[in-house]
Amino acid sequence: MMKISLQKERFFTLYFPLLITMTFIMFPFYWTVNTALKNEGDIVKTPLEYIPSQITFDNFINAWNNIGFALFFKNSLFLAGCTVISVVFFATLVGYALSRYRFKGKKAFLLLLLCTQFVPGAMLIIPLFIIFKNLGLISNPLSLIIAYTTFQIPFNSILMNGFISNVPVQLEEAAMVDGCSRLQAIRHVIFPLLLPGIVATGVFTFIYAWNEFLFAFMLTNKAANFTLSVGLSYMMGEFNINYGALAAGSVIALVPAIIMFAYAQRYLVNGLGGAVKG
Amino acid sequence: MQLQEKVKALKNQVKRRQSSQQENTFDYEKWLPYLFISPALVFIAGFLFYPLGNVFYYSLQNYNANTPFYNGFAGLDNFVRILTQDPQFYASLWISFKWVVSQVSLQVFFGMSIALLLNQKFKFRTFFRAAAFTPWAISGVLTSVMWSLMYNEHMGVVNDLLLKVGFIEQRQAWVADLATVFPAVVVAELWRGIPFFAITLLSALQSIPEELYEAAKVDGAGRIKTFLYVTLPQLKNTLILTTLLRCVWEYNNVDLIFNLTGGGPAHHTTTLTMYVAELAIRENNFGYGSAITVISFAILLVFVVTYLKISRMERGAEV
Repeated sequence: MMKISLQKERFFTLYFPLLITMTFIMFPFYWTVNTALKNEGDIVKTPLEYIPSQITFDNFINAWNNIGFALFFKNSLFLAGCTVISVVFFATLVGYALSRYRFKGKKAFLLLLLCTQFVPGAMLIIPLFIIFKNLGLISNPLSLIIAYTTFQIPFNSILMNGFISNVPVQLEEAAMVDGCSRLQAIRHVIFPLLLPGIVATGVFTFIYAWNEFLFAFMLTNKAANFTLSVGLSYMMGEFNINYGALAAGSVIALVPAIIMFAYAQRYLVNGLGGAVKG
Repeated sequence: MQLQEKVKALKNQVKRRQSSQQENTFDYEKWLPYLFISPALVFIAGFLFYPLGNVFYYSLQNYNANTPFYNGFAGLDNFVRILTQDPQFYASLWISFKWVVSQVSLQVFFGMSIALLLNQKFKFRTFFRAAAFTPWAISGVLTSVMWSLMYNEHMGVVNDLLLKVGFIEQRQAWVADLATVFPAVVVAELWRGIPFFAITLLSALQSIPEELYEAAKVDGAGRIKTFLYVTLPQLKNTLILTTLLRCVWEYNNVDLIFNLTGGGPAHHTTTLTMYVAELAIRENNFGYGSAITVISFAILLVFVVTYLKISRMERGAEV
């Protein structure tokens, strides 16, 4: 009797809500893949096919070859890669300074980093557009790399500060006693221990750069420089939307984000949660 | 006498040299942290605070890239026009308010529920956690594509399911109908926004010491009482900060609305930020857009300061 009521309770407090949650979260992914795998006729067919009766990869081939997703993918990858390198480099420097030094103005600098989190990105679209136009960098990936680096440095610096603080300072001191310079100590002692943290920072930055839309849209005016976000957005705005190709393009954009997320999720609860807890 | 003075002078010289040497080696270490933070400072100053200052400057200009012959200093004209002659401004402000309140309250509610759910012990918990957090990594553009496929009037699965259940009697154009567009956009954004709260609240839940729960059990507190008197107070600081961050974030959020509805139909989803994006992107009206941005920023600032004051007062009252 007791056992049955316990199981019943577990059904209502765990299994049932879990099922609802998972359905709500997973269904949009499923539906996108489902649409991408159907041919044009089956997409608009009634009754709706919840499991495609005929699976086709035509939408993917069409999106990749004809609509330009091969190019968008390459652009997004290049942009995200460059942003990751630049953010990780500069955020590690800041994280090291914050973790290992006491210096005048440190508090003010931390406050400045915090303040940046409250500056609306949308507030900057007009002035940044004008600045980059004057620099002749419209439709140049450099403008986006600079903008993304600027927005991502603060959060990732705080994150790196946490990772570096976890590496005992005695290790560097020992290396320096043994004759290493500080930079050598950083390279040979700190860096290897920091690698997981660097990868986590890189993955967070990658997801940001891969997903960013507003600046990519504002600062790009040539189709040759479109990122996946911008390409998808233009495709959605067309009068006659090719839903199959749109869904296939979405799946192409989704896959790297989900792969990165699958890696990053182990750092999420401690990283994102920890950073928010401060 | 002379000799003594000479000795003194020499000693001083040596001292000075020593101290300057010390300073030199000291200086290197002293300047190193500044060297390390300087690139970050250059980025933030050059591409965040400088453009931010520019917004204030442009807000006082007639600056429209489409009509350059009218460009020039305008004084407070833009602000006067916004506050006295622009009904769209007030309409957008109201929509922004509705948007932020509905998003943040619902995200907190569902995020908390999911965090509590995933904090229980069960098989494959790690997998379910990761799966539940996935939308956090999905962009606003992708979210709008995915949901527009489902909301579609003719081939959308939402219509099909609701018809089957008998919830609606005929197909709805969810994002083209004035009556349904706002809730439809809210649901799509919730899908992407809930995981943020689920993640941060789960992280906070895990740091609550087990002893507190044991003590509550000993005292005979039930599930609800334990949540209200043990869990919630421990989550308070996280909740205050995450809610504030999310309010700012949703207030400024444009990706999803821009792509799912474009602010329409008939401006029913044009938030203040969306209005600025429209002025900047579609109309190239940089001066007027900047003036709205300045007002929008002022509203945000007042909100953040008030919020922090109230939350601090409450905390103070508790102590």
